Amino acid sequence: MDKIKILLVDDEEDFVETLSERIQMRNFDAEIAFNGQEALQLIKNKTPDVMVLDLKMPGMEGMEVLRRVKKDFQNVQVVVLTGHGSEKDEEEARNLGAFEYHQKPVDFNILVKTIKNAYKNKIDNTMISSAL
Amino acid sequence: MPSIFKNIINNFLEFHSDEASPDRYKKLRRNITILMIIITTVPLLVMASVNYHQYNTRLTDEIVNPLRAISNKSKHSIELFLNERLSTIRFIESLFSFEQLSDKKALNSIFRVLSLEFKGFIDISLIDKTGKLRNYAGHYVLPTGDYSQEKWFHEVSIRGTYVSEVFTGYRGYPHISMAVQHMTKNEEIWILRATIDIKQFESIIRAMGLEAESDAFLVRNNILQTHSKYYGKVLEKCPIPIPERGFGTTITEITDPDGRNIFMSSIYFEESDYVLVIIKPRSVLFKSWYTLKTDLFAITIISIIMIIIIAFKLSEALVKNIQEADEKREMAFREVQHSQKLSSIGRLAAGVAHEINNPMAIINEKAGLMNDLIDFSPDFENKEKFLNLTGSIIQSVERCKKITHRLLGFAKRLEVVFENLDLNNVITEGLGFLESEAKHRNIEIRTNFSENLPRISADKGQLHQVFLNIITNGMVALDDGGTITIATWDQDKDTVGVSITDNGCGMSKETMKHIFEPFFTTKKDYGTGLGLPITYGIIQKIGGTIKVESEENKGTTFYIYLKKNFDNPNI
Repeated sequence: MDKIKILLVDDEEDFVETLSERIQMRNFDAEIAFNGQEALQLIKNKTPDVMVLDLKMPGMEGMEVLRRVKKDFQNVQVVVLTGHGSEKDEEEARNLGAFEYHQKPVDFNILVKTIKNAYKNKIDNTMISSAL
Repeated sequence: MPSIFKNIINNFLEFHSDEASPDRYKKLRRNITILMIIITTVPLLVMASVNYHQYNTRLTDEIVNPLRAISNKSKHSIELFLNERLSTIRFIESLFSFEQLSDKKALNSIFRVLSLEFKGFIDISLIDKTGKLRNYAGHYVLPTGDYSQEKWFHEVSIRGTYVSEVFTGYRGYPHISMAVQHMTKNEEIWILRATIDIKQFESIIRAMGLEAESDAFLVRNNILQTHSKYYGKVLEKCPIPIPERGFGTTITEITDPDGRNIFMSSIYFEESDYVLVIIKPRSVLFKSWYTLKTDLFAITIISIIMIIIIAFKLSEALVKNIQEADEKREMAFREVQHSQKLSSIGRLAAGVAHEINNPMAIINEKAGLMNDLIDFSPDFENKEKFLNLTGSIIQSVERCKKITHRLLGFAKRLEVVFENLDLNNVITEGLGFLESEAKHRNIEIRTNFSENLPRISADKGQLHQVFLNIITNGMVALDDGGTITIATWDQDKDTVGVSITDNGCGMSKETMKHIFEPFFTTKKDYGTGLGLPITYGIIQKIGGTIKVESEENKGTTFYIYLKKNFDNPNI
């Protein structure tokens, strides 16, 4: 089985780098983007399976990134991970097609579990669509 | 002037609603009462006294005038009587000569005619120029008299006529005498003297038809000349000072020696010192006046009493209204302040929570990475200890996370889903969560539900949280074995009420002030101080109100009033 490809998008460099290191230690393929534009660039070159997305970032807001990703790359599973979210944000994110919504700080094991579930979800979705 | 008056009133009614003095309502009430009483009773009293005086003056006039008239008339009658007698004697004196009158028989027949025609003659006597009694006709036998030394003899010698004052003399009862001197060209001088019964005066006085309490008498030189009903007998000294001679009738209002208030009319005779005095007691004259005065007095007093009662009642009601309005205003102000305080604290809390979440996430990941690295590396000294350390960092982060999440829960705009709910059911469901703890701590939870409680429109989950928060707090306040009572009732047409009562430790006034503020907690170690603020926020959001009553060592009751139909503006 291929490594699950993950794209981590967050402007907190310290956070995102550590997170990626930990994820890689668990045998995932993790890329990092520090802002929305960068994330959208990366996604074009190497489409990830799961994207972990912060909402509040300088430049392009996470919500906008989510909207564009879901428009162009429907298969990419987006897990929102934010320190600022309100219930309204959560609802909006879910409506836009986010797979899961977590608030920082999140238990790492839960995050990993979510990522795995998201990947599974993606596989299921592709199987259904290919079957159709 | 008006501005001064206005200033006085303003000062008088000055009222500092901000002043904390508890007497200020009492003061205001007192001032309003006094002002009301003054402005109503003063005109009343002025009017009453003006009426009193006007009526008094008018009445006096009406009393005085008839008195004057009767006084004049009676005086005139008595004068006429005296003059008539005097001219009769003069007529006899002119008609007869000394010799004729000296004849006993002739004088007797003259006297007989005289007594027949004119009332009052007692006797008639002839006196020669030396003062010796020369002839006498009448009812008494007089000793042969020599009048040359008498006062009246001199008087008549000078003036020609003389009318005496009343005296008793030889005859033994009061009478007056009048004398006329005869003087002709040939210097033949003699005097004809007659005495007259004063009963005639009394009959004239009786003819005046005075009231029983009134009195009338003649006075000369302060000596009573006729009987007085109240002031003594004939020839006694008159106890009332008689005014000096004036023009016509003098009317004075005096107090007599018996202490009666009397009107005294006095009139001097024109040709003698006689004074006719008429006494009318004021009480008689003023009978109608007294009735009126009593009526006036009674009406004035009753009006004043009524004014005072009304002033008191009115000012009481007025001040009570003001006080209530003040209290309401203050309460509303406090509520607004309270909710503003809560919402600003809420915003602050949310801001802090958000800002802390990011560094917390970093700490979490760094510690996690450390944990991973240590975990994956082969055993080394203190590996276990390092793992413990990173573990407790992660645990602490977890604790922080709980706090920030609750903070956000307090602050966030809750999306409320309104449903049609049976409040009793909601509470019963909520109690399900607490059953095990209650059982464990031997706490009895009693319910006293109104059976036909109208359904309400609210969010079930939120209500659960409200009741859980309050009941949990109640359980903390309780010792094991305490009781929590939950009651519901139909408050009014718009609201239902719920009360949650515990018989636990209660709280102080100071604590009560702060219980709805975030981070205020009495559970030092494990409370977040967010339970009741969240409860408060929820209740507000679903259009209810929450109140608390507590007494230390007795227990606490929370009252929650919920709208039956709440139109949420957010929906």
